[in-house]
Amino acid sequence: MASSLKCEICGKPATVHLTQIVNNKVYKVDLCEACAKAKGVTDPSGFSLADLLVKAALQPEAAAPTAGTRCPDCGFTALDFKKHGRFGCPSCYETFKEMVNPMLENMHKGVAHVGKVPHSALSRQSVHDRIAKLETELAEAIKTERYEDAARFRDEIAQVKKDTSAAATTP
Amino acid sequence: MTLASLIDTPSELTDSASSKTAIVLMTRIRLARNLAGHAFPGWADKTERASIVETCRQALAGTTQMKRGLSVGIEEIGELERQILVERHLISRELSGAKDSAGVVISRDQAFSVMINEEDHLRIQVLRAGFQLKKAWSAINDFDNALESTLDYAFSPTLGYLTACPTNLGTGLRGSAMMHLPGLVLSNQMEKIVRAVNQLGMVVRGLFGEGSDASGSIFQISNQTTLGESEEDIIKRLQAVLQSIIDHEVNAREKLLETDGSKLFDKIGRAFGILQNSHLLTSSEAMNLLSLVRLGVDLGMFAEDRRAVVDRLFIEAQPGHLQHAQKGSFEPEQRDRLRASRLRHEFSTFNRPDFDNVGKN
Repeated sequence: MASSLKCEICGKPATVHLTQIVNNKVYKVDLCEACAKAKGVTDPSGFSLADLLVKAALQPEAAAPTAGTRCPDCGFTALDFKKHGRFGCPSCYETFKEMVNPMLENMHKGVAHVGKVPHSALSRQSVHDRIAKLETELAEAIKTERYEDAARFRDEIAQVKKDTSAAATTP
Repeated sequence: MTLASLIDTPSELTDSASSKTAIVLMTRIRLARNLAGHAFPGWADKTERASIVETCRQALAGTTQMKRGLSVGIEEIGELERQILVERHLISRELSGAKDSAGVVISRDQAFSVMINEEDHLRIQVLRAGFQLKKAWSAINDFDNALESTLDYAFSPTLGYLTACPTNLGTGLRGSAMMHLPGLVLSNQMEKIVRAVNQLGMVVRGLFGEGSDASGSIFQISNQTTLGESEEDIIKRLQAVLQSIIDHEVNAREKLLETDGSKLFDKIGRAFGILQNSHLLTSSEAMNLLSLVRLGVDLGMFAEDRRAVVDRLFIEAQPGHLQHAQKGSFEPEQRDRLRASRLRHEFSTFNRPDFDNVGKN
């Protein structure tokens, strides 16, 4: 019976049962009166079920294999996401991709970005990555006493740095 | 520019010259952006948040859009000033509740505003009076490009711009229009519209966003999804939905005039009477009465130039603006008296509604 349904936010018996269709997909949610009020469910004009779904992480059959995973960059866990409905840092999307990617299908029009790309930021980052890689190789070459290679890496680093600073000052 | 001088300057929305628009009061686009290599504001510690504010304020100071604009930390903004910025849609309620390590940068003309460390590191917004989605997109796109030339945005080739909440992934773009829909409200069609709009992947909210009520028959309609579609396609789709809502509103008004003309005239006439004579008005009642007068302008009962006055009063009747004009902080009952007095004064110069002029233009 309906009386067995529990509020999906606080676990108290649910008295508000809501169905909303977004992008031709049916979403259902059960809430107690207090949570329904707190989330603005009683005001149909100010309420979006999809927002609520994210906040409560009520995604259909959200798999839990990532439960023990911790983001290496910021220490965020899947449990933290369930609690806050927000991620800890940009790297979390890679760390928790098994949990996020199925959610995106229900949330968005598509699962792949087709919009704008920040070209200048990306090229700066790739230069940054290239220098970092060359520096590791340089250190490795010095360690193993391959001085000819080391000289080559040193020159390459200088060249990359020179190219980018020249590009930055060109109008 | 100082906070005080910004507040004393009419906003993009209260600017009477630009307000010649009927159903769409204003258009807004916001982009959610984050810096690579930093925790999102909700997870970062205070030191990291403070350094993000610093980096962003510096980058913003270098853009032409923010030249001679206002740049402040949240702790520098008083409570009443925060409320005024919320009422002008320049900051969100969420940011207005922040204690520290957050900030806002607003352009001199108040068309651009950037919230720092709200839900995302950057919430970039452009605001335009009237129905101007395409112009707004081109303006905010240029601004975003300028910022990107100095800031390293968190971006993934597959997921797009990375945001604290997965609902904003991809483009991070939310376009919205604030619409005045008294015809649909009076003919009880709003619920139907909300459902239809939801099915098209758009959301309807009240005047001040999530959870706020729709007093004054003013609604915000915006796109729900941000990933899997280009910015231009989102704008195009939103534009089409908004246009169809405009058409429905126009039809609803015509139908009301046809079938229930005297009831509609009665409502507008009474609203005018109350605005000219009342001594106590809550902000929600004031919004509803102003909304009816605005409908009267659209129908030809009042001169066209009165619409700009009503649009200005929509904002000036809000608690923050009202208290600022009176230079003090007042209890709600005192505010109701001040609001009524202000509106009596404004409406004393209005000509009586000309009911015979309806449908003549």
